[in-house]
Amino acid sequence: MTGLAQLAILEARELLRRGEVSSVELAQSVLDRIIACDNDIKAYLTLTPELALEQAAEADRIRAGAGEQALPPLLGIPLAIKDVICVEGLPTTCGSHILEDYVPPFSATAAERLRQAGAVILGKTNTDEFAMGSSTENSAYFASRNPWDLSRVPGGSSGGSAAAVAAGMALGALGSDTGGSVRQPASLCGVVGIKPSYGRVSRWGLVAFASSLDQIGCFARTVAGAALLLGAIAGYDPRDSTSVNAPVPDYLGSLEGGIRGVRVGVPREYLAEGMQPEVEAAVRAAIGTMAGLGAQIVDVSLPHTGYALPVYYIVAPAEASANLARYDGMRYGLSLGGVDLWDTYRQTRGQGFGPEVKRRIMLGTYALSAGYYDAYYLKASQVRTLIRHDFNRAFEKCDVLVAPTTPTTAFRLGEKVSDPLQMYLQDVFTLSLSLAGLPGISLPCGFDQAGLPIGLQIMGGAFDEATVLRVAQAYETATEWHRRVPAMAHEAHAKPKGEGA
Amino acid sequence: MKLSLAQVEHVAQLAQLALSGQEKELFREQLSSILEYAGCLQQLDTSAIPPTATVLPLENVMRQDQIRPSLPRADVLANAPATEDGHFRVPLVLEGEG
Repeated sequence: MTGLAQLAILEARELLRRGEVSSVELAQSVLDRIIACDNDIKAYLTLTPELALEQAAEADRIRAGAGEQALPPLLGIPLAIKDVICVEGLPTTCGSHILEDYVPPFSATAAERLRQAGAVILGKTNTDEFAMGSSTENSAYFASRNPWDLSRVPGGSSGGSAAAVAAGMALGALGSDTGGSVRQPASLCGVVGIKPSYGRVSRWGLVAFASSLDQIGCFARTVAGAALLLGAIAGYDPRDSTSVNAPVPDYLGSLEGGIRGVRVGVPREYLAEGMQPEVEAAVRAAIGTMAGLGAQIVDVSLPHTGYALPVYYIVAPAEASANLARYDGMRYGLSLGGVDLWDTYRQTRGQGFGPEVKRRIMLGTYALSAGYYDAYYLKASQVRTLIRHDFNRAFEKCDVLVAPTTPTTAFRLGEKVSDPLQMYLQDVFTLSLSLAGLPGISLPCGFDQAGLPIGLQIMGGAFDEATVLRVAQAYETATEWHRRVPAMAHEAHAKPKGEGA
Repeated sequence: MKLSLAQVEHVAQLAQLALSGQEKELFREQLSSILEYAGCLQQLDTSAIPPTATVLPLENVMRQDQIRPSLPRADVLANAPATEDGHFRVPLVLEGEG
């Protein structure tokens, strides 16, 4: 037992319901954990303890006054929000100097829905600048660290959210996933992370990176927690014309039922050579576990998998170069006065953006520029269609696909920063699904010899998050991986209150 | 194919980015290697394949043109580097009309 801060969301909800713990006590335990651990992990960019305790007290009042009435699903649950998602009145920096002082006058739909569901907001978590990266080392402020080994990265770009959940510094969190930015850090930090189908969750108030790919996703310590969070934020929003007007199933209610007869596809291209042997072994063992639970294992092929990386690194930067044109130093954000309008633009953007963001703006601008559009952007968009066709064909033969989330466990800080292509290869197993707009989850399926978590990726057909979650739940129930806690979280709990900092 | 310095400068100008000499050289190297890597896409025959711009089967999305409350002006301008009389204040855009 490592205290309230390490509870799964559903466990905490049960204790709150029974009156064994108050929302204020729960929030205070998590805030104590943050004081004890976040100097080392650096998951948070902005922490809002007073606001969190106020919201928790409000949750306790609502519970006390509710009588027999149904309570909001996340009442009193302390959560973190990635700093690319706007929360009214809180800084939203996107991990960039160009938005250092930006305080949005509105909340993202997803953040607003969490509050309506009764959640307590602890603060905003670190991210690679504008969600561009796989380690949080591209944050303009600081790199976050992996709770399982502080010399290693938590993954990215939603590394702050994943690390916070792993270390008991939030019971759950929101992130965003454009090419793997929820699943990859979930894998590296040993937590559950789900990226819904494109269109399932409103992007309104999510600062845009690549608009045809971006989706908000959720982190939790268990599949059920992720299901509960997704249910709270999913659904049509008239403010996002790409959010889909389709009914949202009861994800939590449809978790049970097992996977007997479910067809689990294993794409052979995802278990090819080149990955860390322990990752391959853990994923193969997980497939065996699923077979033991009655799933039917099917061999499938996604023949264009090898092209996902170049497609992504043309399409996403192209969209980013257009989206990030808005940072012009005129209406919000950094503004460095130049000799004229054009000079102001160039100085503001040249100094306000970090190296990875500038690299991608340059790449995207080149790919869209006259003379190169057909060879790069159009070509990549056509190959994207082939990648989608691969998935369509695979899902004719199976209900879900399983694969590793990442080719390796967490790498060391600084290991890949000088070589962008090496860093991009971290996402080689997550990019295809993003390009196809399909849902996927990462959940723990083992540990390597260094004690670092390994992630299992389960991918589903369009808007079939319910099946993805049900398969994940069956695997989680049959295994114990999700019960392991990083040593530093144990130690933080053993320390007397207030001594942590 | 390696990008020339002139190409890098042209792209930086299109993207409105002031880059140092060192950055130009670095991006010249890095963009060249990323683009070379992306060259593998040319192996595929896509002449009959339509491009994907969105994965959703969406047509234009319309709504009623109704008046709704907007954000308070002061809240929006609070983030602006410079304001004047309730407006954003920006540098001269059209020359000779100041």
